[in-house]
Amino acid sequence: MTDQGTQSPPDERPPNGRSFDGVMDRIAGIGEPIRRALLLPTLALVLALVVGAFIIMVTDVDAWRRMGDEPLAALGDMLDGVWVAYRELFIGAFGSVRALSETLFTSTPLILAGLAVAVGFRAGLFNIGARGQIFVGGLFALWVGLHVDLPAILHIPVAVIAAMIGGGIWGGLAGLLKARTGAHEVITTIMLNFVAAFFTLWVLKTSVFQEEGSTIPKSAPILESARLPTIFGSQYRINIGIFIAIAAVFFVYWILFRSTIGFEFRAAGFSPSASLYAGMNVAFLYTAVMFLSGALSGLAGATQTLGLPPYTVTDNFAGNIGFDAIALALLGRSHPFGVLWSGLLFGALIAGGRVMQAAAGVTVDLVIVMQSLIVIFIAAPELVRAIFKVKAAEAEPTQVTTGWGA
Amino acid sequence: MTLELRGITKRFPGVVANDDVSLSVAPGEIIALLGENGAGKTTLMNILFGLYSPDEGEVLIDGKQLELSNPSASIAAGVGMVHQHFMLVPVFTVAENVVLGLEPTEALGWIDKDAADAMVREISDRYNLAVDPDSMVEDIPVGVQQRVEIIKVLVRNARYIIFDEPTAVLTPQEVEEFFAIVRGLKEDGKGVIFISHKLNEALEIADRIVVLRDGKSVGEANPKTATENQLAEMMVGRPVELEVQKGLAEPGKVVLSVENLVVLDDRDHRTVDGVTFQVRANEVVGIAGVQGNGQTELVESLTGMRPSLAGHVFVDGVDVTEWSPRAIHKLGIAHIPEDRQESGLVLQFTVAENMVLDSYYDRPYSRGIQMDWDVAAHSSERLVDEYDVKTSRVDVPVSDLSGGNQQKVIVAREFDRDVKLVVASQPTRGVDVGSIEYIHKRIIEQRDEGAAVLIVSSELDEVMALSDRILVMFKGRIAGEFEGATATTTEVGLAMLGSGGSHD
Repeated sequence: MTDQGTQSPPDERPPNGRSFDGVMDRIAGIGEPIRRALLLPTLALVLALVVGAFIIMVTDVDAWRRMGDEPLAALGDMLDGVWVAYRELFIGAFGSVRALSETLFTSTPLILAGLAVAVGFRAGLFNIGARGQIFVGGLFALWVGLHVDLPAILHIPVAVIAAMIGGGIWGGLAGLLKARTGAHEVITTIMLNFVAAFFTLWVLKTSVFQEEGSTIPKSAPILESARLPTIFGSQYRINIGIFIAIAAVFFVYWILFRSTIGFEFRAAGFSPSASLYAGMNVAFLYTAVMFLSGALSGLAGATQTLGLPPYTVTDNFAGNIGFDAIALALLGRSHPFGVLWSGLLFGALIAGGRVMQAAAGVTVDLVIVMQSLIVIFIAAPELVRAIFKVKAAEAEPTQVTTGWGA
Repeated sequence: MTLELRGITKRFPGVVANDDVSLSVAPGEIIALLGENGAGKTTLMNILFGLYSPDEGEVLIDGKQLELSNPSASIAAGVGMVHQHFMLVPVFTVAENVVLGLEPTEALGWIDKDAADAMVREISDRYNLAVDPDSMVEDIPVGVQQRVEIIKVLVRNARYIIFDEPTAVLTPQEVEEFFAIVRGLKEDGKGVIFISHKLNEALEIADRIVVLRDGKSVGEANPKTATENQLAEMMVGRPVELEVQKGLAEPGKVVLSVENLVVLDDRDHRTVDGVTFQVRANEVVGIAGVQGNGQTELVESLTGMRPSLAGHVFVDGVDVTEWSPRAIHKLGIAHIPEDRQESGLVLQFTVAENMVLDSYYDRPYSRGIQMDWDVAAHSSERLVDEYDVKTSRVDVPVSDLSGGNQQKVIVAREFDRDVKLVVASQPTRGVDVGSIEYIHKRIIEQRDEGAAVLIVSSELDEVMALSDRILVMFKGRIAGEFEGATATTTEVGLAMLGSGGSHD
């Protein structure tokens, strides 16, 4: 039944009318992706662990030396190495209060920046500029944290909102350029990343930010009233940033699937021409969604400048978050809950990886390899589908952007 | 010496695409395989061509059993297929495309260009195809590209040729030329299977008509004695009104008034070049014309999707020139866009989301900035029932629906409010007979309820059937005006070609 590629499904309405279970969720495109958003990253993780184990074995130099004389014992050593490495990885991620604290602390900016990229994807835009938006948002928060004297109850919200505005402007700029001139957001956001990074480097050496007496680009410690309060006392780094991230997950969910502007974002993402027909202002939507995306990245920047002991900021505070965010959004299939889950996963891998390196002597680079493998498996759903025999519909590739056209 | 399909059954998950279908073609015979979209025509032909393997049944060529699910075996046995979507490399020449896969080579593997050209020329001359082997495929019109596909098939010595919806992409003149080519193939002893859902074409070209419905062969018809109505009934399974039933128009006040409108296309050509006309309440005005004479840009400009260079558009006396699509929509204009998959629908969205695509921003579908999906779902349920959209539920992606049902989603969305003016562009393109009947009925209903209706279609039959008044567009201007009741196909057709036409 493939005449012209489309056909109506056989008409099999139940006699008492159509079923209504969960209709609303599916109408807004909600119900179906949640399960998928969680299933695929999990399967990809399992595969990445298997390949990672193989890598640990292959790179076990001592065991290879013994391979000629005592092959069985050498193989045993290798398996033992895998076991120890993964045990330490798990312990480092979940094995103690400190481990959990580190996992959640590491996840916080990842989730926020992942949401930023996901929102862009939903509107058909590929925001590679999370890194730059983190820098700009983080600097806005830093300035408020250094120079505005307010009680904590006000100081933190003001600093956080400043970060959102800063990141939003930086993202919105790329959106505006696309809307006005057709400049492709991939190009503009990459370039804005460089601008933001070098601006940060310079500005941290000016008297506005630089710590007195310092010669490197490093800020003075921010005022105590602007520091994000820790949750389990100052010996654990986890702070209220994680609540901001979780609130952002629900907010983005609401925006995308329950608000009118989210409907417009998604319509423009799938079909700009149909959006135009439907009377939507596509140029405005590009700017708006890039502002929102930038604001979310800005939040990630705020958690880096307001929540990272010892509360002095160096020029590298964006770390690798901006790029991990792209992987996360893909992994979470651009669904807020998927991003939350993937962010926690990456946070656990990174936090656990540090412990693994220290305790098992396996380089933390393995974690990066595994993150990359996870993304490859996500990008190749056919492969995961073949390995796990997942139904085709469950493993459809995520819609990313509508291509390079204007 | 025949091609025979015997008892072909093909099941896909949840559907029987072909159910015990048998069919035969003799050399020098043209069979039309007629059926609605989704009746199983293409599946059957893909089985014959070796792209699918059937669950049951066999294919015999000259009494010998054909090895199934192997396109090479089918080609070797003399079966050729001209697909609906051409499989040509645009930046290659005609000759290069034709020999792709069987390149005649010289020493060192250079392609023997002269040999390739000669092959194309020989076939082109023999069947009167008038194809130049040296042209780039991207530079030649669609009708000629189709002939390149035919040459490809003939070069591979096909004796049985399948055409999948060959006329869908052709202009009326190209269709005539195409039919002449098919008759030439017939005289040369080729067996032809012509897949279509157009009744008049099947009657014109075929020696025998086989009708498929829901995967089953529902019978054969003799084109000499059968009528379009009989065929339509066989296809749809119930009597179909092919003639649009409508009373006389009693035009009221002017609703749409277009004055000296000039519109540029994407390449800055004056595609609409000073057009003036009016549409009154209770009146259907049809714009006929060969595709590409400015109709697309005219409609886009009327509905706010394309700026105009000069001139004015009035709706109910209000100057709406340069208004936004939303402002125009709010005035009470229903717009059925030319390309439903490109602009009319967001294919990845559900039926319900598409039902509110241009009214989501207001009550009852949203309050403030919050969507009310509950209301949208219930309203969609109602519209799906009211407009006979065949879908199991309103939360499936609209891309799962057939073309006819997708179009009904648009019709339902646009007509379910107070409509002053209907602007319908190609309202039934690629839509099955049953849905065409339905959509036409709904359009006439809008007229009878007092709306002004503007129909733009490249199907002359459709314009003739619906319109109370016919305008012909040629090179961006109105080249003729006719009374719907008295116009003849010939005189309108001539005006479409830019010759004749009266301004009465």
